[in-house]
Amino acid sequence: MLNPRLLSVVRKEFIQIVRDPRTLALTFAMPIIQLFLLGFAATSDVRQVPLAVWDQDRSAASRSLVDAYRAADYFQVAYEADNEAQVRRLVDRGDARAGLVIPPDYGRRLLDGQTATVAFVIDGSDPTVAGTALAAATLIGQAKGAQLSLERLARRGAAVAGMARPPLEVRTRVWFNPDLVSAYYMVPALIGLILQFLTVILTATAIVRERERGTIEQLIVTPIRSWELVVGKLTPYVVIGFMDTVLILFAGMLIFGVPVNGSIPLLLVLSGLFLVTTLGLGLFISTIASTQQEAMITALFFNLPAIFLSGFFFPLAAMPTILQWLSYLIPLRWFLIIVRGIVLKGVGMEALWPQVAALAVFAVLIMGGAALRFHKRLD
Amino acid sequence: MAEMAIVADGLVKRFGDFTAVDDVSFSVARGEVVGYLGANGSGKTTTMRLLMGLLRPTAGSATVLGLDVACDAERIRPRVGYMSQKFALYEDLTVRENLAFYGGLYGLPLAELPGRVVTLAERVGLAGREDLLAGELSGGWRQRLALGIAMVHRPELLLLDEPTSGVDPAARRAFWNLIYEVAEEGATVLVSTHYMDEAEHCGRLGIMRSGRLLAWGAPAELKRQTVQGEIWELTADPLLTALAALQATPEVIEADLQGDRLRVQTKGGAGGEALLRTVLDAAGCTVTSLTPGEVTLEDVFLALAR
Repeated sequence: MLNPRLLSVVRKEFIQIVRDPRTLALTFAMPIIQLFLLGFAATSDVRQVPLAVWDQDRSAASRSLVDAYRAADYFQVAYEADNEAQVRRLVDRGDARAGLVIPPDYGRRLLDGQTATVAFVIDGSDPTVAGTALAAATLIGQAKGAQLSLERLARRGAAVAGMARPPLEVRTRVWFNPDLVSAYYMVPALIGLILQFLTVILTATAIVRERERGTIEQLIVTPIRSWELVVGKLTPYVVIGFMDTVLILFAGMLIFGVPVNGSIPLLLVLSGLFLVTTLGLGLFISTIASTQQEAMITALFFNLPAIFLSGFFFPLAAMPTILQWLSYLIPLRWFLIIVRGIVLKGVGMEALWPQVAALAVFAVLIMGGAALRFHKRLD
Repeated sequence: MAEMAIVADGLVKRFGDFTAVDDVSFSVARGEVVGYLGANGSGKTTTMRLLMGLLRPTAGSATVLGLDVACDAERIRPRVGYMSQKFALYEDLTVRENLAFYGGLYGLPLAELPGRVVTLAERVGLAGREDLLAGELSGGWRQRLALGIAMVHRPELLLLDEPTSGVDPAARRAFWNLIYEVAEEGATVLVSTHYMDEAEHCGRLGIMRSGRLLAWGAPAELKRQTVQGEIWELTADPLLTALAALQATPEVIEADLQGDRLRVQTKGGAGGEALLRTVLDAAGCTVTSLTPGEVTLEDVFLALAR
């Protein structure tokens, strides 16, 4: 037999959501907008960095070096400069993000068997771009250097079999995301981000709204049980959470071609577990905030650190130890590992059980704590 | 005690240093319509909330329908209808949806709900407006809907907290007729108000001021007990000179201007009419009319406040 009290609350909550264009927009437009923003814009793939080249040598050798940079996808030779001031100006204005300066004696020194030096300058104002460009520039330079030494050896007649080949070759193979596409990494994590952001705010404000408008008083005097009120109010947001999860997942597959390697049902079940923690947080906030505005600000206060410490934007491995420890307290951190694991690596419970266990502990603690704080009284 | 709907015994509620309800005791028999009169902030709402178990008393106790409010609130609530001061309507829900929602919360079977909603809408005079959003209703209609919500589960007792505040006089009168109809069907009603004229409608009456219950009884009884002396209504020329002269007279308890006339309360046995004429003649005023006036609840309130 269905519980009429619970059913009434769920029905009422759905009607209110559907009639409120703001909530609806937040619920369905926000995930799509975020998906596009993060999928396209927030990519850390560094490609086609504009490069200014000042080639003072203009020999066959120097052209060959410039070609090596041009051939790599990382750089685009955008400007041919004639003096140092011009290189500086291009970088200052941001037209070029890097500069390659080849000295006049480059070709001659190579021919003489000496060491030739080239200068590579990088605009370090954006550390992400600079880091990748620096690594790429160094690698290209080293490869070119190795090639030049081999040529030099060959010229000296030391062409013993095998000597003309590099002694060590590291063959790298990237698993799970062979092309290192950022979208593959970002889109699944977006599920966690949206659930965290949306459900905490929506549940907190939905409950506080009752208090703000005085309807909570009328609810309390009915025979409804606390759990019925809480479950009834949260149910629609669980449904919204699942709809958004599926929406992002499919939009990610269709628009960004994100491969879903793991089990979608498992992902949904574990999303449900994560939802318990965010809804619990929303419920908890609703017990301390008395106006919707307060609830929004409090939700932000919890959401922002959670997102920054979750490893969504910045890799956890790069954080100071204390922040890494703090991040263990963030359910989103665990969920991101789960969602990326399932979508990218195609792993299941056998690999994810520690994260699932951590989430389960948080779910019990947060929901339990919030439920204890929520009573049917005004004082 | 089963015939008593409410018994309050020394109820006290403090919020920090502020005492909202101070040693309030009264009882309401079943079937009574009782008014709870007082200014804003006099402790009416707090009393109602204590009776509903929404707040815990700092001291004292109360029973509602024979059950203790401190420990049996959950058993009291299904039998009591409560209308809070801010009409607790969902403005984005229609009249029908609001009624059905609360009906569901009181556990009415789903099959019964639509019928109950129709009956209630008719009962409170909202038939034909079932599909309007509550936010689109004017004050008087909102108040009726709120009453409908409070009655959705056929309660034995109704606690109405300032149901008529902010509503025009015609709607207020219509609402009181509704209250009496409900009472005739057997419900006990406790209504708080700050309108003196409404308090006159009640069988019995409590008067609150600064958290204290100053008086409790039938309106006529309260008038007899608290207001001493006589009430006179008079016109004189010049009116303001007459007012000043009366206010300076020791035998006059109260004198004030009411429209184009003066209302005067004199001490009992002070000679009444003759005294007033003497005072006014001495002040050089011409008395154009002088008639005995009715004692009102306002006089009671002022007498208690003094």
